[in-house]
Amino acid sequence: MKKKSVKLLGLILAMTLTAALMTGCGATTEATTDAAAATTDTTEEATEAVEETAEVVEEAAVEEVTVEGSISMAGSTSMEKLANAIAETFMEKYPSVTVTAEFTGSSAGIESLTAGSVDIGNASRELKDSEVAAGAVQNIVAIDGIAVVVDTANTVTGLTKEQLVSIYTGEIKNWSEVGGADQAIVVVGREAGSGTRGAFEELLEIEDLCVYSNEIDSTGAVLAKVAATAGAIGYVSLDVLDETVIALALDEVEPTVENIKAGNYFLSRPFVMATLGEISAQSEAVQTLFTYLASDEGKQLIETVGLITVD
Amino acid sequence: MKAQNFSIMGSNKTKSAVEKVAQWVFTFCALCAVFAVFSITAYMIINGTPALAEVGVTDILFGTVWKPTAGEPSYGILYVILTSITGTALAIFMGVPIGVMTAVFLAEAAPKKLARIVKPAVELLAGIPSIIYGLLGLMILNPLVYKIETFLFKDSETHQFTGGSNLISAVIVLAIMILPTVINISESALRAVPKQYKEASLAVGASHMQTIFKVMIPAAKSGIITAIVLGVGRAIGEAMAISLVSGSVVNFPLPFNSVRFLTTAIVSEMGYAADTHRDVLFTIGLVLFLFIMIINIVMTRLLKGGTGNES
Repeated sequence: MKKKSVKLLGLILAMTLTAALMTGCGATTEATTDAAAATTDTTEEATEAVEETAEVVEEAAVEEVTVEGSISMAGSTSMEKLANAIAETFMEKYPSVTVTAEFTGSSAGIESLTAGSVDIGNASRELKDSEVAAGAVQNIVAIDGIAVVVDTANTVTGLTKEQLVSIYTGEIKNWSEVGGADQAIVVVGREAGSGTRGAFEELLEIEDLCVYSNEIDSTGAVLAKVAATAGAIGYVSLDVLDETVIALALDEVEPTVENIKAGNYFLSRPFVMATLGEISAQSEAVQTLFTYLASDEGKQLIETVGLITVD
Repeated sequence: MKAQNFSIMGSNKTKSAVEKVAQWVFTFCALCAVFAVFSITAYMIINGTPALAEVGVTDILFGTVWKPTAGEPSYGILYVILTSITGTALAIFMGVPIGVMTAVFLAEAAPKKLARIVKPAVELLAGIPSIIYGLLGLMILNPLVYKIETFLFKDSETHQFTGGSNLISAVIVLAIMILPTVINISESALRAVPKQYKEASLAVGASHMQTIFKVMIPAAKSGIITAIVLGVGRAIGEAMAISLVSGSVVNFPLPFNSVRFLTTAIVSEMGYAADTHRDVLFTIGLVLFLFIMIINIVMTRLLKGGTGNES
């Protein structure tokens, strides 16, 4: 019995040591090549880990020569999700480039850009003339669209901007006032702090004036609530729409990707990554970032954070 | 004989060693619980007080406007506190009579066959996860309550329709959720009433019902009060179920208003809250913590009082 357990202990110790050794190996290769790819968590299977490390070394060696440097961004808090996703995946792909992002607000971001303290100014709106005059160049990387949804039994198919504002500020309380059935309106929205709520209220210029009857803390739950409640109205980001609800036309424009790209649908906003001067005049790292965003891989990234890509 | 004596001596020695080790283990385990309580208390106070200092105690506790993300934010949680108190009180008013009557039924009036069905049903009720109560409330209760709401407020100019997500729905869900606690504890209390009381009452000519209401329930009073206090504890601490059915808008707690409880206030906004907003959510946690502490202290007092009376 004792001998057996000692043997077992020995075996376990040996295994642990091997594992530790492998981790050590991975870490050193990583440090020397700056390849921040998935080497650390593959230590269980020795051969695989070695193969992968080798691959990463090769890849990194090729790219290291081409791009290095740092990119600093500042700006819109609404773009936090997008900017962080870009920073993360871009740094994974180009390990020698450091991307930092701060979220100070659209105007503050463009100010930092024109003052020369950052490489990219993020703005979740179109640039103002004064900003363009100061040298900022508008590069739209993605579009954020919000759909207004009602339950499937509702006969109203469209609203004007004024009607939508009146509904959300509590002036219109019945669907009959906007051409629908005599039915009370149940105003559904998101909780304070939500990006969708921020965008919705900002685009309609009704920040903190909304009178909600339901504040729901997730997009899926908003859809479920609207689908289950007769007379409900809610807003969700465009990418989650499904057939359980009806998306309303706004000012007679259907919420489709085509209409949003054409700029006809008012509940949408561009995500601008402004640069000081044209992209071609930027540092190599910044140019690579924009090339990356225009590539299929970059577009896929934009879609995964729920945004519409631009052509 | 000698061998036996020796073996007893030996086992005594090992016994005392085992005793000592067990003593240490028990002490350690007990300290774990004490450590947990103290660290939680310390954590809540450390995290909950900065906002009180920053925003002002009266502005938070007695303010009625909750606009944490506005340009000039206000963090009044008076309505939230009132909602928790009102909601819990109403749930108790609704749940306790039903619970106590069920306990009477189980302990006194039920035919054995029926009791064999009711008792496991009650126990199952206690085991159902709170999110299930929430989902059922959302899918079944909310539409029903919405029908009542549309009927009652048909001609109202000012009422904001909630689609059934309001205080009433939350109270009904809470009342059902406290039932198992109230039933089980009240039933044991009724069963613990000495048989002589019942027999004496019946012997002097009181009917069965008179005996139950005039003798059994008064005799089981302390147990029933414990059941109520435990029910209050469960109701005030519940978050998941009522976050789905209450509408989650900060309003004065009227039956057909969409309301936000202390628990749901934290749940619904923790995801995106930052800075002072986040700190205030911790303060809400601290308020909830204090409420539960007070309830616990009251309960311990009551329990002590109860045993004092009996002995």
